[in-house]
Amino acid sequence: MSAPLRILIIDDEAPARERMGELLADCAEECPHTIVGACANGLEGLAALSRDAADLVLVDIDMPQMSGMEFARHALNLPSPPAIVFVTAHDQYAVQAFEVNALDYLLKPVRATRLAATLAKVAKARGDTPPSRELLASIDPHPRRHLSVSERGRILLLPVSDILYLKAELKYVTLRTAQREHLIEESLAHLEQEFGEQFVRIHRNCLVARAAVRGFERVAEDEVEAGWAVLLEGSEEKLIISRRQWPVLKALAK
Amino acid sequence: MSDVTQKGLIRDAGTAVDTFPDFRNLGVMTRALLWVNAAMLAVAVIKADTPGRFLALLLESAAYVEPVLVGTLVVLYLAQPLLSRVHVLAALGIVLTVEFMLNLAMYEIAAALGEDAGIAGLVRAWAFSVVMTLFLRAYFQLRARAFSPALAESRLQVLQARIRPHFLFNSLNAVLSLIRKDPKRAEGALEDLADLYRVLMADNRSLTSLKDEIDLTRRYLSLEQLRLGERLCVDWQLEQMPSDALIPPMLLQPLVENAVYHGIEPGLAPGVVRIAIARDGDRLSLMLSNPYHPDHQHRAGNRMALANIRERLMLQFDVEAKLEAKPVGAQFEIRITMPYRK
Repeated sequence: MSAPLRILIIDDEAPARERMGELLADCAEECPHTIVGACANGLEGLAALSRDAADLVLVDIDMPQMSGMEFARHALNLPSPPAIVFVTAHDQYAVQAFEVNALDYLLKPVRATRLAATLAKVAKARGDTPPSRELLASIDPHPRRHLSVSERGRILLLPVSDILYLKAELKYVTLRTAQREHLIEESLAHLEQEFGEQFVRIHRNCLVARAAVRGFERVAEDEVEAGWAVLLEGSEEKLIISRRQWPVLKALAK
Repeated sequence: MSDVTQKGLIRDAGTAVDTFPDFRNLGVMTRALLWVNAAMLAVAVIKADTPGRFLALLLESAAYVEPVLVGTLVVLYLAQPLLSRVHVLAALGIVLTVEFMLNLAMYEIAAALGEDAGIAGLVRAWAFSVVMTLFLRAYFQLRARAFSPALAESRLQVLQARIRPHFLFNSLNAVLSLIRKDPKRAEGALEDLADLYRVLMADNRSLTSLKDEIDLTRRYLSLEQLRLGERLCVDWQLEQMPSDALIPPMLLQPLVENAVYHGIEPGLAPGVVRIAIARDGDRLSLMLSNPYHPDHQHRAGNRMALANIRERLMLQFDVEAKLEAKPVGAQFEIRITMPYRK
């Protein structure tokens, strides 16, 4: 007999959290579990996961500040990420995406039998590889509001609006805020796709936050030719603009 | 009797593309007239070698074609109930026969007037009719096919706007959570839900009293309060309100639902929905405001509800009603003014 499943509930509506608690109590005999917490949003949920590990998170999709999808994308950065089952009242787009990608989901109002079947499935699959971050990114219709890094078993959230620039270096991307630097394991191309509205590419290896652009300065790029650099709000750094991207940025400056 | 209604329903489902066009519709009539005349014009242009000859040719063929065309349309108009009931191909056969008879009649009249075109002339004229009829049939069929998905889609949207799945399922879930620990409150919530849906499903064409609309909105808000708890605060400002005013039904409730969906649900902190209704002489003004979350504009449905309400106001009061919706600082505001009727 394996250890009981540790379950975390995340839903922004209090009655929905209570209801899920009742239903879980109903299936306790069939599928032993303990509820490690009930949170009102994704941010609280990530904090709870950093304190107490969970095997399964039942997360509502439509929540303020951080959607269930974004929560899942951050939770995957944990050293041993929990299984995630999405719960939704009505989201045709998401349900279609879950079906196509064989992801677990529950429809509100949830039936106890369906919940028990899902719990049994999760208990059996414990330790299997979770869905990839790329897969979740492909079905999330909205850009994230935070990027996350895993630091000593905790998830550190960095608001996208605080980022000055993202720079690709070898295997990692350096993320710069006014305070400090972080390394994240994502591809610059995917980041550009997701945050194209907030960021602009200035060089093959660098995206700059549009809001952080203070101005441009002429600099000696190499001995032969002079080029341009971006001046940043809240930083002394100057970032070189490639000759190919200069027309794009020049258009922005106007 | 029941058979007839069922057939009607099936035809109404928008799937039956291959039906006979409705020749009592002005649009269908006009299209038929335009296409036949365009074809006649084209034939005259091709046949004429000089500009003067073009006019003569056009007049000559018009004298022959127009009576047949108009005659056919009159027959189609009169026989519409019959034609829409029989099989499409049978209807087509009837049309071609009618056209042949009209052509024959024109031929006899022309012969009597001493303009004998000969049998070849009759065959040519009838051939023109046949070609035009088959062309129009293909044209109307393509048109029906092009529009039927749009029709089905718009019906679905109307239906969904009425059922509001997001609200319905979340409310049911909230009621379920009450059943065990507070059955009385669960009963009340289900009664509110039933009342709300009764009005949602009703034929909302006649005006309703402002008081009834506000009662309905209160019921709706008590359901939302159940789900959202302290996150939803409502500030009613109704001191200057004339309860006897008549307004289009489902005017206030959908706007308040929008305010909750776009203003309260996306926020972590509690938010206020403010509803102020007042009379100003012979005008009635409604003001609604909710917290504005510009980064949450991806939530669908707002424009449609507003467009729908604007349309219904127009229908009822024409230019005398006005609806303005825009963000004002950190709030999203909707202002409606309309004539005070009672």
